[in-house]
Amino acid sequence: MADTQNNSVAFVATEVIPESPPPARETGVVKWMRENLFSSIPNGILTILSLYVIYLVLAAILPWIFNGVWTTSSLAECREVLQGKTGACFSVLTERWNQLIYGFKYPVEEYWRPNLAFVLLLVAIAPVLFFDLPRKLLMFTAVYPFVAFWLIWGGTIMAPIVAFLGVAAGGIVFQKFGKSTFAVGFFGGILAAFVVWAIGGALIPEGASENALLPAVPSRDLGGFMLNLMLGVTCVSLSIPLGIALALGRQSDMPLIKGICVVFIEFVRGVPLITLLFVASVMLAYFFPPDSTVDLFLRVVIMITMFSAAYIAEVIRGGLAALPKGQYEAADSLGLDYPQAMRLIILPQALKISIPGIVNVAVGLFKDTTLVSVISMFDLVGMIRGPVLASTEWNGVYWELLGFAAFLFFVVCYGISQYSQWLERRLATGHK
Amino acid sequence: MTTLTDPPKESFRLSMLINDTRYRSLTFQAIAAVLLALAIWYLGNNLIQNLRAAGLNISLTFLGDPAGYDINQRLVEYDSQSTHARAALVGILNTLLVAFLACITATVFGVIAGVLRLSNNWLVSKLMAFYVEIFRNIPVLIWIIIIFTIMTAALPGPRAFRGDNATSSMLFDLFAFTNRGIYIPRPVFESGFFAATSLNWVLVLAVLAGSWFATRRVNAAATAKQELTGQRPNTLWTVLAIWFVPFAALMFLMGLTFDVPALKGFNFAGGIKIGGPLIALWFALSIYTGAFIAENVRAGIQAVSKGQTEAASALGLRPNRVMNLVVLPQALRVIIPPLISQYLNITKNSSLAIAVGYADITATLGGITLNQTGRAIECVLLLMLFYLTASLLISMAMNVYNASVKLKER
Repeated sequence: MADTQNNSVAFVATEVIPESPPPARETGVVKWMRENLFSSIPNGILTILSLYVIYLVLAAILPWIFNGVWTTSSLAECREVLQGKTGACFSVLTERWNQLIYGFKYPVEEYWRPNLAFVLLLVAIAPVLFFDLPRKLLMFTAVYPFVAFWLIWGGTIMAPIVAFLGVAAGGIVFQKFGKSTFAVGFFGGILAAFVVWAIGGALIPEGASENALLPAVPSRDLGGFMLNLMLGVTCVSLSIPLGIALALGRQSDMPLIKGICVVFIEFVRGVPLITLLFVASVMLAYFFPPDSTVDLFLRVVIMITMFSAAYIAEVIRGGLAALPKGQYEAADSLGLDYPQAMRLIILPQALKISIPGIVNVAVGLFKDTTLVSVISMFDLVGMIRGPVLASTEWNGVYWELLGFAAFLFFVVCYGISQYSQWLERRLATGHK
Repeated sequence: MTTLTDPPKESFRLSMLINDTRYRSLTFQAIAAVLLALAIWYLGNNLIQNLRAAGLNISLTFLGDPAGYDINQRLVEYDSQSTHARAALVGILNTLLVAFLACITATVFGVIAGVLRLSNNWLVSKLMAFYVEIFRNIPVLIWIIIIFTIMTAALPGPRAFRGDNATSSMLFDLFAFTNRGIYIPRPVFESGFFAATSLNWVLVLAVLAGSWFATRRVNAAATAKQELTGQRPNTLWTVLAIWFVPFAALMFLMGLTFDVPALKGFNFAGGIKIGGPLIALWFALSIYTGAFIAENVRAGIQAVSKGQTEAASALGLRPNRVMNLVVLPQALRVIIPPLISQYLNITKNSSLAIAVGYADITATLGGITLNQTGRAIECVLLLMLFYLTASLLISMAMNVYNASVKLKER
């Protein structure tokens, strides 16, 4: 063996060959393109086709956007400025901005109220969405619905205060008795709330809203994107508790309760939202006491809430079914009764599993709020198809308006779904 | 020694209705029943009082009255003298038509986009992700309006096809794309075997079904031979002949010609007109729901474990056979349940037809009939009944299919 080295000395390199750079086709952009864009002939054809499609779309859209006109007051003026070039007439957005956002009847000098309500909404919703924020902020979230109601509808401040006091009284009663016996606390809380509302309602003087601090705005004056947001936020937040109740009811072993919940859920899921909105607009009034007037906004909120509650119930039922049976048995063996087991063991886990589904329902519901334009409420789509496109100045400005509506909805819905994905990663505790 | 005695038999006491879990559920159900009865009584009482105050009653006799309005998109005979029930039938057929068409195209779009989104071509997968996100996050109502606007504003009117220097021309002189709809040639049987056109079509369908069964027999025979000998006989020409020869013979015997649309006066005449609203609704529903189906397809394919793909590759299968023989059959089981709910969504979303004036059941029964007769309660209830029935039937049919492809566990 020793002489092998001697013999082969001529054939053994004594110094290391300097590293040569990899071939050009194996590095950097070229390699990436070879692997990801042109790995085979069909792939190459697909890439070229896609590039062509992208080129066609951009070539059509970019000049249209960049030549856009922002400062004219009618379509005819727009055409004059453009002088036959392709270009968008975005001035419809600047000129009709207020109508698109607030509807065409909300008093102009009161626009600060919905604006403030929107800003406060962001503050109120932040501690619900992001768990790292101080828990004290939830106090504001609890007060927010009443503040927002007062800001948007105006009128006497007594109404929201009485409503809040009722809810607060109910909450206090529940805190006091709910710990020992859930049913007593629950029904006692509801009773307390109704007592406070009845007393408070009797105390509010007649005509209190005549010269209130904030002038009253009737619901039929609400409109635009504000209406979509209001319907979306109200109905989602109301339908989550209702959905939980329905899901628990469907899992219940009491045949009557289960039957009611199953029939309700399957009925609502089997019909389109439009028919429920028809119910709200033409049929629901027959079921209220004679000579009572429940305004259309409230009727629509009732129906949309029922609609989304049924879907949320199904999502939560999935979460409940996904929990291992051991969790239920462990809760029982600890001696917890049904409300305690649900509140402390089952629901926290089941809701965590159902979060992506609930967010999906929320996004779908927010998109579906555009359907109210069919029953002649002037939400964003209703405003566009009604007052704006019908006006003599802006008759024919389809793409700018529809594109704007699409853009607004895309931003909100995409934002929510990105949040849901972030939350899913955040809540993942590792045991799949 | 201690003697064991039975524990004393507890007799039923009233307090056990609250304190004993065995009986407590009875208490709750009794309360629920009372509350339910009260609610029904309250609502029913309000309804009766309100109806009496308005001088109305609940009856379905209005369905027999003449409707008095026209429907331009119809699959069965209908004119303005027909009854409201007939108008509702036209609406039902239109709903089913658009739902059926949209289900097929949405599945095609969805499967293509879902598979391409997993493509190893970076550009294509990003493009498909873009398609899915754009369409999922914008309300379907806006899409329907956008596509309807494209139909009416971007396509030329029939006038543009006229004259010597026409600005638009028909595609292959057969198809006309106008803002009133798309006109396509209508097949006509000059010497059909039956007087009624529909019977001739049934005959055509019967021949096609026969070809289908024959193809299945041929393929089964080929598979049997392959299992016996290891050699699969080439069935391509046989199958082509089975499909083509009887069909062509039938067409020749029945004297197939085409009624081509042509300009008559201010509009096109002849051919089949597919109205603008139908196209807008069909296309918008399929491209919107296609984005959702794409996500289901992607999730289904990703749910098939990587070992399956690798094992199939190790057996020497080519990539497209890996997809067709190994991945897709397994992914299908994951895909079908959400697909069912997407089909239900299409059926329910087709009620948005009312926004573009397509005469579906919501627009006829829930729209014009309701407004003309003022029978709000009856119309809305009938409308809901139809959608409930349709939903239940679709989910039943799809559940049967689901059970047939489900993993058979022993």
